Amino acid sequence: MSENADARVPVLSLAHASKAFAGVHALQDVSLELHAGEAHALVGENGAGKSTLVKILAGVHQPDAGLLTVDGEPVFLNGPSDSADEGIAVIYQEPTLFPDLSVAENVFIGRQPLRSGRRIDSRAMDREVEEIFTRLGVPIDPDRIARGLSIAEQQLVEIAKALTRKARVLIMDEPTAALSPVEAKRLFDVVETLRADGAAVVFISHRLEEVFAICQRVTVLRDGRFIFSKPLEGLTPDDLVRAMVGRDVETGTHQAHQPGDVVLEVGHLTREGVFVDISFEVRAGEVVALAGLVGSGRSEVARAVFGIDRYDAGTVRLAGRALRRGSPTAAMDAGIGFVPEDRRQQGLIMDMSTEHNIALASLGRLERLGLIFKSAERAFAADWAKRLQVKYGRISNPVSLLSGGNQQKVVLAKWLARRPSLLIVDEPTRGIDVGTKAEVHRLLAALAGDGVAVLVISSELPEVLTLADRVLVMREGRLVATLARAEATEEAIVAAGTGQTGPAQPPAPAGATA
Amino acid sequence: MSTATQATPPPAAEAAGDGTLDNPRSLVDFVLRARTFGIVGILALFVIVTTLIQSSFLSSSNIRFVLGVSALYALVAIGETFVVLTRNVDLSVGSVVGLSAYVSANMFGAHHGIAIPIVFCVGIGVGLACGVVTGLITAIGRVPSLVVTLAMLYIIRGVDTIVVGSNQVVANSLPDSFVNIFHDTVLGIPDLAWVTAILVAVAAYYLRSYRSGRELYAIGSDPDAARLAGIPIAKRVFVAFVLSGAIAGLGGVFWAIQYNTINSTAANGLELQIIAAVVVGGVAIFGGSGSVIGAALGALLLQTINVALNVLGVPSLWTEAIAGFLLIVAITLDRGIQLRLAAALRKRRTHLGA
Repeated sequence: MSENADARVPVLSLAHASKAFAGVHALQDVSLELHAGEAHALVGENGAGKSTLVKILAGVHQPDAGLLTVDGEPVFLNGPSDSADEGIAVIYQEPTLFPDLSVAENVFIGRQPLRSGRRIDSRAMDREVEEIFTRLGVPIDPDRIARGLSIAEQQLVEIAKALTRKARVLIMDEPTAALSPVEAKRLFDVVETLRADGAAVVFISHRLEEVFAICQRVTVLRDGRFIFSKPLEGLTPDDLVRAMVGRDVETGTHQAHQPGDVVLEVGHLTREGVFVDISFEVRAGEVVALAGLVGSGRSEVARAVFGIDRYDAGTVRLAGRALRRGSPTAAMDAGIGFVPEDRRQQGLIMDMSTEHNIALASLGRLERLGLIFKSAERAFAADWAKRLQVKYGRISNPVSLLSGGNQQKVVLAKWLARRPSLLIVDEPTRGIDVGTKAEVHRLLAALAGDGVAVLVISSELPEVLTLADRVLVMREGRLVATLARAEATEEAIVAAGTGQTGPAQPPAPAGATA
Repeated sequence: MSTATQATPPPAAEAAGDGTLDNPRSLVDFVLRARTFGIVGILALFVIVTTLIQSSFLSSSNIRFVLGVSALYALVAIGETFVVLTRNVDLSVGSVVGLSAYVSANMFGAHHGIAIPIVFCVGIGVGLACGVVTGLITAIGRVPSLVVTLAMLYIIRGVDTIVVGSNQVVANSLPDSFVNIFHDTVLGIPDLAWVTAILVAVAAYYLRSYRSGRELYAIGSDPDAARLAGIPIAKRVFVAFVLSGAIAGLGGVFWAIQYNTINSTAANGLELQIIAAVVVGGVAIFGGSGSVIGAALGALLLQTINVALNVLGVPSLWTEAIAGFLLIVAITLDRGIQLRLAAALRKRRTHLGA
């Protein structure tokens, strides 16, 4: 069908677009053609320019050069509302909801249905949102405020937003990064329906199996440059990875570790309404993965162990000694490091420099006479940045300028610099490109090799299987399965996580990268 | 425990079961209403206690007085609420009230027999002009409103001092029909309170039922998301400041009606009392939530306390301390409610992917 598609006028085309920020080229001479009824994958490592391209189409950034046409007519997008007027809807990687407004209002903000006197018809608004949620099979009350929704739920609200816009071009920037396989599957069904109805879909994902499952065409970017745009038919995941990285990438394989003494011992941990009666242990030199659907309470257990959230009952012991509850300071002193899921909000201080971020958790050690000396701090940070191979322009530049993968390395460096006996890592490679992903995996494996106890939380099953010596599966706040290395398969984990007896997986072609 | 346990019931049954219980919206509604009831409750408490000690407090003349005095504060709180909702603040309202009070009241001296409605328009016009300047610098120039309005506080007060000089408007230069507005009533309620009440109702309806009103909440709730949603942030924030200015201008005329004597220090420090009223009334200081009704009730509460302490013979020094104490109580209470609410929403969270 793509041969035919080329003959037609594209719904949207961007030709020879370039964009530079402060002299740094984010995008150089990139072209993209979108056709009705076609799902178009946009792939590339982090920092390849995908987000910049999306923001140009969304009207957030204006290209320095290049021509944008919609239905063959040149258009100029001055802002996000111009883009929306052209029928372009964007679902961002980080959902952008208003926490104080109701779900229905979030869906309809700026274009609420009106009744007489230009007043908002809130009943019609609720009804329409209700209909869409029913169609999506989502149990969210349109009347509730958005604060407190899980990331997956927020994503679904964003999708409802795009659906009510009747968008002709739907752009999804890593929509599945925070979704469980079941939720992702449901999203793909929606995308398929939209595509069948004649919408052009742009799909950005690091999970290549998803790209192959739902897209017909692919455009590859690397370092802000256009590599190629081809029909997916006839390509293999390896072809794409090579085009994205510019070299071959070895996929991760599991390395077994020799577990030592028990480091972390969690006993009957309960936080009302979140998780119940969680007991497990992690030994030195062992990588334990906490798997389960988003919202099953995985991250919450980790947060409770580290003392960010309080728990109502149970104990956390580190190297045999009980840990004071609700105190991250006590957890850090006891030797726990915690790499949170949300790098931008919780893992890093985005406006601070790379060096300050790395040194942040070790300031006590850097102190001399109650002062922090800049030279000592820089040497310390540079040393750790080098060990983790962080690629930065200048170590004194804000960490926000780094790519996602390098930002994650900075978070890891911050904690490794404290030489923890237990490292908790929530979604270690979320939104990280394939090349860096393998590096992070190697790093965590090496850490376990050095005798550190590692607790990994991940939604990506290949990652779980690459890293873990043992897999704990949670479902709806309970620990429902403990799988030893030998028994841990994708099917077993999914079955335990969803409470199904048989394997229920979206079709995932083999050979995808880990 | 080596394989998945399948003993638990299918999650679908659970999801169907808690459909009715699981209504976070009504919970949120309840809490917000409880917030308003809280203010009304404290208000009632003060009135009852004061009346028990000094029965004349609940006399109709005193009620009229309290409502008349509160009208100005509640009025200016409306405009301030518009601004605070957008995650901004307007510190210049006190100076605007002062300038507008002098300029409008001085019209009577300058133009004999001038019609009162024209004086009102002059007052509103003065405020509007101040609001336009503040709004332009804040919204278009993208300078933090805290700094801009702090500067405007001094600039407008400076202009006021130059305009007023060592003069002052005194009561006998004002026509009786103007001065008496403070005592005029309809259905036993002062005219000024009526004007404020109507404006509160209009503002509340606008904020609830119009797109641009909802967008003020959206901007304060998450400015970045507002930008991505294509909301014209600069325009909305500009309008909020213009409204705040115009309403403070009207407040200036109220001030003149209420106090009659106006010099260059009129309404000095009023802005902090207004912000206190807005926050006590449940408007989040970082924007995104709250209502003008709450803010107006907050103003009424603070003024009632003021008068009550006066009636009880408590030195006015204490009034400010008590207002401060209430502010802390209000904010602490809000924080507590927010945490509770978050916990409750967490417990009732709908589980997806079942």
